[in-house]
Amino acid sequence: MEQKHTISILVNDQPGVLTRVASLMGQRGFNIDSITVGQSEEPGLSRMIIVTRGDEKTIEQIMKQFHKLIDVLKVQHLSSGPMVARELALIKVGTTAATRSEINGIIEPFRANIVDVGVSSLVIEVTGSSEKVDALIDLLTPYGIKELSRTGITAISRGAILAKA
Amino acid sequence: MSTDTAMIENQKASLPPIEMGEVMTGSDMLLRCLLLEGVKYVFGYPGGAVLPIYDSLYSSHLKHILTRHEQGAIHAADGYARATGKPGVVIATSGPGATNLVTGIATAYMDSVPLVCITGNVAQHLIGTDAFQEANITGITLPITKHNYFVRDVKDLPRIVKEAFHIATTGRPGPVLIDIPKDVSNAKAPFYYPETVKLRTYNPTVKPNSLQIERMLHAISEAKKPVILAGGGIIAAGAEKELLEFAEKANIPVIPTFMGLAGFPGTHRLCPGMPGMHGSYASNMALLNTDLLINLGARFDDRITMGRTKEFAPNAKIVHVDIDPAEIGKNVETYIPIVGDVKNVLLAALPKVERADSDAWVEQIHAWNAQHPYSYKPSPTGMLKPQRAIEIMYESTGGDAIVTTDVGQHQMWVAQFFKFSGQRSIISSGGLGTMGFGFPAAIGAQFAHPNKTVISVSGDGGFQMNQQELAVVANHNLPIKIVIINNKCLGMVRQWQELFYEHRYSQIDLSTSVDFVKLADAYGIKGLRASTEEEAERVWQEAMNTKGPVLVEFVVEPEENVYPMVAAGNTLDQMVLGDEE
Repeated sequence: MEQKHTISILVNDQPGVLTRVASLMGQRGFNIDSITVGQSEEPGLSRMIIVTRGDEKTIEQIMKQFHKLIDVLKVQHLSSGPMVARELALIKVGTTAATRSEINGIIEPFRANIVDVGVSSLVIEVTGSSEKVDALIDLLTPYGIKELSRTGITAISRGAILAKA
Repeated sequence: MSTDTAMIENQKASLPPIEMGEVMTGSDMLLRCLLLEGVKYVFGYPGGAVLPIYDSLYSSHLKHILTRHEQGAIHAADGYARATGKPGVVIATSGPGATNLVTGIATAYMDSVPLVCITGNVAQHLIGTDAFQEANITGITLPITKHNYFVRDVKDLPRIVKEAFHIATTGRPGPVLIDIPKDVSNAKAPFYYPETVKLRTYNPTVKPNSLQIERMLHAISEAKKPVILAGGGIIAAGAEKELLEFAEKANIPVIPTFMGLAGFPGTHRLCPGMPGMHGSYASNMALLNTDLLINLGARFDDRITMGRTKEFAPNAKIVHVDIDPAEIGKNVETYIPIVGDVKNVLLAALPKVERADSDAWVEQIHAWNAQHPYSYKPSPTGMLKPQRAIEIMYESTGGDAIVTTDVGQHQMWVAQFFKFSGQRSIISSGGLGTMGFGFPAAIGAQFAHPNKTVISVSGDGGFQMNQQELAVVANHNLPIKIVIINNKCLGMVRQWQELFYEHRYSQIDLSTSVDFVKLADAYGIKGLRASTEEEAERVWQEAMNTKGPVLVEFVVEPEENVYPMVAAGNTLDQMVLGDEE
């Protein structure tokens, strides 16, 4: 059955590593929903979080193919266990004097922040699960979303499960 | 192995003494590293970005073979690697030199051949400016190399070369490319060659899980119709002897894939021949009926499964042994997966394996083979049949030769009618199916084994893709038997157009090609031609008695098809037996 999967890979912090991972996905015909990369707990290693879709067999194959990359140290199927997944979105919404306080009211339960105020727009910062971000975007759409920038998912396993080198 | 090690030690001893820490240029370092890795030959072609490397070569101990095209160089390095199991090395310049390697790199990647490809690049201050002869070769070769490197600092060069050889030759072998910008070749630094490789992220599993081996042995004890599918992994692991012992002890028939043909004697009573699209009737029937399929180092390629992986070996439990975990379960669902070096697996299983209850099954396979052996009809016009040409070569050598091929009809006839037994005796582009591969590969094989009979078999199409390398053969007086099976067309394409495109023969006519005998003559190579069976026998004898290089053109029946054939998309039971029917 085709499902969303979150995979964490620990890679050498080398030029071109992101290209290698992305190229592999393309070459083998795997979809990328999102890919994020940044520092890990160990200097010299980066952690990539990839969200992809596929059935069990496809995911197994993706993980094995990642492992074959010489710069990949560890591959972990995060979404097969308990995990925390978050993304950040910056949303530029059109406003008038009249709608500004209305928007304030909408974003409050989302614990989102206004990080820039312009003459005719606001920039809202929201962090959370993708579903939460989706929900806020839906609510703001009637006001006119001028620009939207999402980071894609970053994730980590819960509790004592370690994906360390 | 011990003689190889001795050779490398000798080579090291014969190097001019060098103190670690001696300051030298990147290009001197590179050649020094190659010598320390035991490299004897490099194949290549100079150009602007590798001028420093070629300047260093001028006074080096390394033997450089100048081909006439970079593609010829990389296929020759590939042939050298396949003939020896040692890494082949090729050097090309930036831009077009590097891109001319691409087909050769992909060929080696698909067949898991260890190559170290060295390319020059423009100096780093010009990288990214679309400089003259600049190409992003590490980007281009990303999906067709096991790994590649762009060297940014001359101090990293020795470590990178050491890693490249390690990665190319261990685990599942493959090509590794090192791109060296010109400023790095020119830059100087103290030379230190690391003794060992430290790669935290690369540790191929070679030692198999013993529990899984127990499960395999148990499955063998329960099986009535076991078969072994033996792939290129047998050759890569050097497990030919262990396979023979294992198969004989367990009385299990061995079906070698095209890539595994030299892994098991083709004349053995337990060998029904190659399976798949143009495989033998007996082997395909065996795959359809087996109750235990033990895949040793093959990858369930679509020329064997016909892409119908669900219907493949429908009655069998499948054991899959591979050094590459990603191969297991990739195409066919596996009952017992075993990750490891196939030689280690066989060595672990050999003492414990017992003779399977398979006598009736072996008899059945013999009966299938007797019913429909590989066959062809004699030509009504007396013209030479291509299959007969292959048989003549086989009969005269008794299989004691290295045969290289291109892709297409002649390749399949070689697979069917030449019975291989010698280690690394067939060299052919199996996965990528590269035309123009066989002839330059034969050059590499002959350099590797100067005293062996090397036969390069090509079609008239493929030969013309790299015929410029005749110059190398002439230059080095390489005693290759250069065979062209000339049907004056692109035979396999013609066959498909006949069978699946209603005889609409589109762009396959090669009848206006060069006179190959005269072409050989122009290079100072003896050329012979035969177009009847009688001529073929006489001419082949003459070729075998020729000391130096010789080109033999077999002019054959143009409308001959390769049978048996399973059309793409069909299952193995839908074999077309062809002419015999």
